[in-house]
Amino acid sequence: MRYNVLAMDDNFTLYKTMLVIRRFEERLLSEFSTGKIVGTTHAYIGQEADAAGIFSVVDTEDVVFSNHRCHGHFLAYGGEAYQLAAELMGKASGLVGGRGGSQHIHWRNFYSNGIQGGIVPIAAGMALAEKERNTGKIVLVFIGDGTLGEGSLYESMNIAALWKLPILFVLEDNHYAQTTPVEKAVAGSMSARFTAFGIPVWERETSDVLEVRSLAMEAAASARSGTGPACLILHTHRFSAHSKGDDPRSPEELARIHKIDPLTIHGLRLATEEFPRAASEVAEIVNNAFDRASLDPFPELCSEY
Amino acid sequence: MTTVLDRLNFALHRSMESDERVYVLGEDILDPYGGAFKVTRGLSTKFPTRVLTTPISEAAIVGMASGMALRGLIPVAEIMFGDFVTLVADQLVNHASKFRWIYNNLVRVPLVVRTPMGGRRGYGPTHSQSLEKMFLGVPGLKVIAPNTLGDPADLLAAAISDEDPVLFIEHKLLYTRQLLEAGKADLRDYQVDQTFGDYPTFTMRPTKPAHLTLACYGYNFELARLAALDLIMEHEIFSEIILFSQLSPFNLDPLFQSLERTGKLVTVEEGTISLGWGAELAARSVEKMRGLMVRRVAALDLPVANAKSLEDKILPSVQDIVNAGLYIVE
Ligand SMILES: Cc1ncc(C[n+]2csc(CCOP(=O)(O)OP(=O)(O)O)c2C)c(N)n1
Ligand SMILES: [Mg+2]
Repeated sequence: MRYNVLAMDDNFTLYKTMLVIRRFEERLLSEFSTGKIVGTTHAYIGQEADAAGIFSVVDTEDVVFSNHRCHGHFLAYGGEAYQLAAELMGKASGLVGGRGGSQHIHWRNFYSNGIQGGIVPIAAGMALAEKERNTGKIVLVFIGDGTLGEGSLYESMNIAALWKLPILFVLEDNHYAQTTPVEKAVAGSMSARFTAFGIPVWERETSDVLEVRSLAMEAAASARSGTGPACLILHTHRFSAHSKGDDPRSPEELARIHKIDPLTIHGLRLATEEFPRAASEVAEIVNNAFDRASLDPFPELCSEY
Repeated sequence: MTTVLDRLNFALHRSMESDERVYVLGEDILDPYGGAFKVTRGLSTKFPTRVLTTPISEAAIVGMASGMALRGLIPVAEIMFGDFVTLVADQLVNHASKFRWIYNNLVRVPLVVRTPMGGRRGYGPTHSQSLEKMFLGVPGLKVIAPNTLGDPADLLAAAISDEDPVLFIEHKLLYTRQLLEAGKADLRDYQVDQTFGDYPTFTMRPTKPAHLTLACYGYNFELARLAALDLIMEHEIFSEIILFSQLSPFNLDPLFQSLERTGKLVTVEEGTISLGWGAELAARSVEKMRGLMVRRVAALDLPVANAKSLEDKILPSVQDIVNAGLYIVE
């Protein structure tokens, strides 16, 4: 097996990955006021431990189907910040030439789409293809707590379990779907939905990247073992608004969850001198990405499909 | 004699034989049953690992087929009744048809969704509809319908080889129909031309100059031929018939060429009349040609009733086409 496993003690890389995501999203949100970016976006701030932990243990060739909140997944997968920034600015040099924008990107084996639920059967079909073609790859599909309301998810869980497909369902429960708290949208148990189909679940309330990492390692190994799908449920917190201005949470609630910051938690494991190093390396990546992308030309329109 | 069903079944066998990437999935498609309309008969016996019977999960069937297509396989999904395409609308409209374009041509989605449409078998309001009109005009999605003039096997094989998603509409009454033979029977008094390409449009010209053009696809070609015959025998009115295999996106040049000769258009379809295929053809033709006369023949804007007596009144008939022809010529 060819895991892309970082040395367990490479805390710096994990920290840096999370910091790239954090700074990238902050810069992105700030660019709305400059007018360089229009439309909408869903920032990953607060959830960085999920992506950094998961992508530290999956194979670089594995297939990923991500959702509307995909920037963190993409950057942790190894995607280039510059091409993502260019895509968000609608530039010809963007990942998909400005056609997809924030929620609809593709690079190597990474795909995303902005429809809740509908991506899950697609990921299951991809897993079937990988299995039939004996590639040894697994498919990761990302959903949120709110997406537990979508029917096609359960159709896919059923078939994936019946056909023993190599798929890892990653459920990021950030306690909200847009403005709807999980209590108003999800009945019963999250994990029992998966175990009812015979899908084993790894579940944790954590914002610690090392905990995510060890859980993800077990869940991914299970999905890769030929025994069928696996599920990783991560209870986390989103710090910024759902997209831009839509945040019904109280200042008290926000203050409380901001204390559960994956950067602070993992930062305890870094040496003092590593912080300025991380900060400057990350600043260079992010600034270079946005500054360079902003100079690029806009795409031409070809009127044929 | 060969039926449309034989040819569709043949195409599936041939495609699976010649390309290991071809997979067929759908509900109740395994032998000995071989699918609700038997189009997949024999496949699971010959290719047991590549014919996948699924739970009743239409969205997942088409979603999974898209995923398979994105990752190197060539899936052919069957939706048991065309009425259930509403359940796969999200997959076709927001996923399969979009990927190639939104991913800037970095991917292809070689996916075929086959489904039987249409009424006249007394199956009632939820198993008799012609819902293809809901999928016309979706960028990135081809909608194809076989008929008895072209070879349905060629059409389906082309759809399977197509790099883009195809919704393949099979009218239920076509399955048992024989293929027409050039220069014989119904075709004796017509000159038949067809456009080049995988999904040809046919132009049938009578031996005498025609008074009107009948535009149709799929099973309604059978009705249009009968109506054309009646118009000749009873009224000495001659019709050209333009028969489409590709409904969307469309190339209307053969239709426009015919209308240059006749100046009168009757469209025939089995979907409901309002906001339909015929309406679009009429609009395009009128935009192109000043003074054109148009009449549409289609189903009433009602559900398809179960009782045959009602169904017959709701769906378009040969007489409706004849009446439209008479109206437009007089
Ligand atoms: C089918 C569908 N319905 C609604 C939306 C609008 N929408 C986008 S994100 C979102 C909330 C999703 O919540 P969740 O699954 O918890 O993910 P999170 O945003 O919290 O990461 C909604 C309602 C959508 N994109 N697709
Ligand atoms: Mg959520």
